[in-house]
Amino acid sequence: MIKPLVKGLWITLKYFFSKPITVHYPEEKVGSFPRYRGLHIIGRKPDGSIKCVACGLCEAICPAKAIKIEIGELEDGMRYPKTYILDGWRCIFCGLCQEVCPVNAIVLTPQYENAAYKKEELILDRDTLLKRGDEVKI
Amino acid sequence: MIDWSLVIFTFVKVVVVFACVMLCVAYLTWIERKVIGHIQIRVGPMYAGWHGLLQPIADGIKLFFKEDIIPRNANKFLFILAPTLSIIPALMTFAVIPFGDYTTFFGLLKNPEPMRIAELNVGILYIFALAGLGSYGVVFGGWSANNKYALMGALRGSAQMISYELALTLSVIGVIMISGSLNLVEIVNAQKNVWNVVYQPVAFIMYLICGIAELNRTPFDMPEAESELVAGFHADYSSMKFAMFFMAEYANMITVASLATTLFLGGWHGPFLPPLVWFMIKVFILIFFFIWVRATYPRVRFDQLMKLGWKVMVPIALANIFVTGLVMMLLN
Ligand code: SF4
Ligand code: SF4
Repeated sequence: MIKPLVKGLWITLKYFFSKPITVHYPEEKVGSFPRYRGLHIIGRKPDGSIKCVACGLCEAICPAKAIKIEIGELEDGMRYPKTYILDGWRCIFCGLCQEVCPVNAIVLTPQYENAAYKKEELILDRDTLLKRGDEVKI
Repeated sequence: MIDWSLVIFTFVKVVVVFACVMLCVAYLTWIERKVIGHIQIRVGPMYAGWHGLLQPIADGIKLFFKEDIIPRNANKFLFILAPTLSIIPALMTFAVIPFGDYTTFFGLLKNPEPMRIAELNVGILYIFALAGLGSYGVVFGGWSANNKYALMGALRGSAQMISYELALTLSVIGVIMISGSLNLVEIVNAQKNVWNVVYQPVAFIMYLICGIAELNRTPFDMPEAESELVAGFHADYSSMKFAMFFMAEYANMITVASLATTLFLGGWHGPFLPPLVWFMIKVFILIFFFIWVRATYPRVRFDQLMKLGWKVMVPIALANIFVTGLVMMLLN
């Protein structure tokens, strides 16, 4: 009965003198892995216009109903999203929108620090998503 | 005719000891969190001050500004009385603990002054009496809140106190027999050459086990048992009342460690370093041991706890007294 008790004490003492594995988060970061599914971006075509063709597939497949699109049409018959609202609060980061998109417009990024002080900061519209596309590294 | 200088001196000593104890209590929480953190390969508090050194102060301020809630169905008088009842005896025990021998404070005083507030010739009894009184804090706290979890905690607390106080007291009797005195100072002086732990190793281990049980610390923290009883007897307490229970627990930890030092580890005796430093080193090692034990063992089941108390601790303590008496009789 005594031996396991002493052994337990010995183990904890050993750990007491070992180096802590804590990562001091805001100062040190572990980063995320390449396939991590974080907050989205929308890409651009080579000419700089939005890649999305407003097919509405992402809106239809989104299980959390986080995407709202209003369809617009250019003179040459090309469709584009007049508005594109992605509610980062509702989103469950399943990645289905990325998978379903025929033109690879919407892409999830490995960006993992998605906390915000205000709800509005995470409701992304079309231009924000485009801007994020220019800024966030994938 | 009152000797005023004595009165003033005692008062100063009381204030100094009180301040030191409160400081130690505050920083014990820091030490505990740090040690447990490192045992779990974490770092513990880190951000309030250098390595979290200001954490206890931040906690204190936070607790002061918390809302003080008294449940509607609580017995108000007892509910308020309980935290007081647990902290006052915890602090009063320091009156008789001998921190050191005579000192002149580096020649500042003409007559050497003893490093203790009072020298009671029944010091041990006084401490045990106050420890017994402190358990009423747990009982009243649990009962007055009118909450079944708290009541369960209080019930367990009282059962545990009764069974372990008995074994604790019995384990000390061997020491009292050897030194032939109830006076803590005389007990320490009797250990000038050989510490009592050499004569009474069994009693020392039993004292530590029962001491942890008395302190309601893991693995014997039945009255709190957060996984079964929410927080046990102090489930309904908030703000400073909660803090008082906590301070009492940590103050009791210092008391048990100091008493163990006094009774078994030769008190302030030790080579080279000043007596007070020796005393503090020994107390600190014991406190580290308590924290270490807390970080190592899981909580025992309640029936196992009672079984351990009555079927193991008490008989061993009685046997220890018997053997001590026998050996003393044979040697004389
Ligand atoms: S990741 Fe999933 S939940 Fe989020 S927007 Fe895309 S489809 Fe909807
Ligand atoms: S982002 Fe892709 S899936 Fe969604 S509407 Fe645009 S093109 Fe269609």
